[in-house]
This record gives sequence, C-alpha cells and structure tokens, in this order.
Amino acid sequence: MKILVCISSVPDTTTKITFTNNNTEFNSNGVQFVINPNDEFGLTKALHIKERNAGSTVTVIHVGPASNDPIIRKSLAIGADDAVRIDTMANDPIQVANEIAHYIKDNPFDLIITGKESIDYNGAVVPHALGELLGIPSVSPCIGLEISGNEATITGVIDGGSEDLSAILPVIVGGQKGLVEESELRIPNMRGIMQARSKPLKVIASCGFSDCQKIVSYDTPTPKSACKLIDANNVEELVALLQNEAKVI
Amino acid sequence: MSVLIHIEHINGNIKKNALEAVSYGVAYAEKTGVPAKGIIIGNIADEEINKVGSVGLEKVVKVDGLDYLNHQKVSTILSDVVKNENASSIIFCGSSEGKASGSRLAIKINSGIVTEVIELPSSNNPITLKKKAFSGKGFANIELTNEKNVIVVSTNSFGVHEKQVDCSIETISASSDDDSLKHKSFNRDTEGISLPDAELVVSAGRGLKGSENWGIIEELANALGAATACSKPVSDIGWRPHHEHVGQTGIAISPNLYLAIGISGAIQHLAGVSSSKTIVVINIDSEAPFFKAADYGIVGDAFDVIPRLTAAIKSAKR
Repeated sequence: MKILVCISSVPDTTTKITFTNNNTEFNSNGVQFVINPNDEFGLTKALHIKERNAGSTVTVIHVGPASNDPIIRKSLAIGADDAVRIDTMANDPIQVANEIAHYIKDNPFDLIITGKESIDYNGAVVPHALGELLGIPSVSPCIGLEISGNEATITGVIDGGSEDLSAILPVIVGGQKGLVEESELRIPNMRGIMQARSKPLKVIASCGFSDCQKIVSYDTPTPKSACKLIDANNVEELVALLQNEAKVI
Repeated sequence: MSVLIHIEHINGNIKKNALEAVSYGVAYAEKTGVPAKGIIIGNIADEEINKVGSVGLEKVVKVDGLDYLNHQKVSTILSDVVKNENASSIIFCGSSEGKASGSRLAIKINSGIVTEVIELPSSNNPITLKKKAFSGKGFANIELTNEKNVIVVSTNSFGVHEKQVDCSIETISASSDDDSLKHKSFNRDTEGISLPDAELVVSAGRGLKGSENWGIIEELANALGAATACSKPVSDIGWRPHHEHVGQTGIAISPNLYLAIGISGAIQHLAGVSSSKTIVVINIDSEAPFFKAADYGIVGDAFDVIPRLTAAIKSAKR
C-alpha cells in the first residue's frame, strides 16, 4: 500500500505572534518552525498502517521553499521512507491542493493523510479540496482509521459527536489528536536521524497554478482590560456581575 | 449576482450557527444590493425552515429526496443551484461540515474560499474578508481574485440578527447514487450540551487534581446550562475526553462566557478561547497568567469556591 502524508510548516505553538511592515507581514524573526501538529498525528498513523501491511511505503509531501527542508528531514527521521517537496511558496489552500493533486495524478497513492487544518491559517480546506480535485472521498477531521485490504473504516468528527464511515481506497483523511494518542506520537531517534540523511528528498517544480487569494494585512486581537477580582467569600457578587454587567447569564 | 446561503440542520432543527450564516448572508446581500436565497437539503419540516424568516431571509429552496447526506452530495447539489441562481457568494456556517462542503464547492465552481470569517467584507471588487488566524492569536485580511467566493462564517462571531420577514419555500427534488462514502453509525460525544457551539462553557484543568473530582465542574455546568471543556494536559492523561480539549491543538471556541477553573492559562490554551466574550478565571494561584486575560477572577481554592458558586447560581435563577 502506498501512503502519502502531507505536511506543512507552522510556527511552534509557544510562539508569540506579531506582524511587521505595517502589519502586512508575519514576523518570523526568532520563530521556530515545526511540522504542523495535526500532521504529526497523521504521520504516526501512516507508520502504524505501514507496519501492519507488509510492503507498504510512506511518502511525505510538502509544498514550500528549501528553507523548510529541515522539517521534511524530521519526518524522514520519524520514519517516512521518502519525501517530495514542491518548490513553491504555499500561498493559499486551493493552490496547495492543486499542486499536490497534480503530483498525485502522475504518482497515485492508496491513502492520503493531511492534517485537519494548519495551526497558522486554520483553513481546513486542503483535505476536501484535494478530494474534490482527485474525485475521491475525504473525511476531515478524522479521529479513527482502520484499513483492511482495500477497505477503510473511518471515524469523522461532526457537530456533537462522530460518525463511522466506510469507503474503498483511495481516500483522504485529515488527522487531528485522537487519530492516534499524544503518547503514541513517534519521535526521531538517533538511528532515524542518521537514516534520514540518505533517504530520498525529491524536489519538483510547481505546476504553475495561480494563487486565488492574497493576504493584504494582519490584525492582532484586542487585549482585555484589567481583570476585576472578586473576593472568594463573595461568589454572589460574581453572579450579579455576570447577570447585570456582562449580561451573559 | 446573488447570495446563496447553505442552511445546515441536525435532528430536524436548524443549527444555531446556520441562523448566524443566514444573518451574515442577508446583511451581505443588503449591503451589496443583490438578492439572497437560502438552500436547505434533506429531511426537514417546512415549519422549521420558516424560522429563517425571523432572521430576514425571504426565500428558501428546499431540496428533498435525499436521506443521508455527505459533503460530496451536498456540494454537487449546491453547484447546480449556484448555476441556476447565478450566485456569486455562497455562505456556509462554521461547522466542519460547512468547511467540507464549502471546500468541495469552491473547487467545483472555481471560486475562492475563506473560512473562519468574522465580519462582513471590508471591500468588494475585489472582495476582502477578515478571518481568524494563528489559532486565535491573530487575524488575516484576505483578498480574493476569483469572480465567485465561498465564505464560511466563524461560529458565534457575526451573531444572529433578528429581523422578522415572511419566508417562502420552493421545493425541488434531487437524487444521488454516489455511495463512495458509506455511513455506518453516529456517536454522540455527550448527552449534555455540545461544546463547539455552546454559549456558556465551564472548563477545568490540572488544578482539579484528578478525574474523580470533576463532579463539582459538572454540577456547575448543569446549574448554568453550560457545556464542559478542559485544558490539554488533562485531556492527554485521559481525565477528560478529547472532544473537550480547548486550545491551539484542540478546538477553538468563542462562547459568551468561558469559566476557567484550575487552569493556569498557557499561551496555547488562551489561543483557543481568546474570542470568548467574557472570561472568568478561578485559580488558587494569584500569579496564574490566565488572570491577565480574564474579565473577572477569583483567587481561591476551586474545591471551596465552585460548590458555593453553583449554589449562588441556582438561587439567582429561582
């Protein structure tokens, strides 16, 4: 079975987000970039499936510039077999989906795993746009996936709960925490890091899809004004404030 | 040119964030001087559909003939309606189904798409939309270049705007033999209030010391009519279920009231709740960073304060 894991590069979760150049650019000064956390659950899941299906391979794909190679190498160190980088900036989800679809049309896969969304732009578009472009089912967010032969049993997140689905491969799923447990996440070990250096990382040119959108500016959230502290012995005062001042109860 | 609003429903009821999407679509259509129409697909009573009249929508197309819907079927039906109605903007509510159907539709009709949109466009020709970004730590203003656009409205951001009008329903039929994704069963997260669109949320973290202590949280949530949530560490160690984890790598919520108990307020957690209208923090540690992001706070022991707060809420409601 051929498995493709799509990864994106995002600022690490502890990053304090700021903007420069009159709020028209993200300030990447001093920012540590990592594999999108949602993608990591997908990568570990892909490795579980590979281990249960002899002869399977896990390929990682990334749309981005050469400066993102370190996170691609990290995914190889975690256990992916080979990687592909499409050499162009990832500017919008439709563009990214088209680039990846273009690659997949010449290089088919049985299972494609993305993250449900990236934690920088929170689009949640790529897995479904990719499904539409390839004419295959997509389930995202996905918190359960079992493969048996060419059939996938998939658990998707919906309002108020989850839904169990089945489909014949190929399918696309968008992973999040729950697809595997946090404690199960694979991390690179020394051997993995050494092996990653000689695993193939193929760079291919963009298919030339034009961007559909551009970010013209950014804004930061308005900070809260000072917190009103209420004495612990006077909970009634908090209730009154919530009813009469904040008007939320 | 027109605005088409996809109206989601569940268990025979229109979703609250669907009414919010309708409010958005109606306001946008008015602002740009084009007609607005709703579209609702599946098994739902006309009586329920008429509720959109309370938020200003005069015309709805009901598509029946389909029992089980997935976003492939929904987006296929919508793309036909987009053509028939000459729709230029298609509005979805901010559920994961809305993002799924909206994304597929955007590819089908070659439109742009922006999700987590919080307000009406700041400009048209080209359209510029403000969306939540960086998981609650920022906003991005996005300019779309395509002629058509799909707008997925962030839940509890634009709000439901009441405006009473008469609503007329036109019914059409559709069928689909696409069973590439077969439904097997639904599983509910909780018998209580669903977290993603709850208006009131009671959340707790490591300060509760153990899963066996969550009774006081659940009682407070019941007294308020709130959903329950938790921080990442207690979800990772299994004290609370994954669907309750609020934060940068969990879910982002924007309730009217977020009550955080025994949660210190790490940057990743704050990101998930930063758009809450009112934040109350209860923590034994006066130095907890969360107090800086709170509207109201109590420095105290949760095991002492929470039961008394629950009692005070119950008597205020009597």
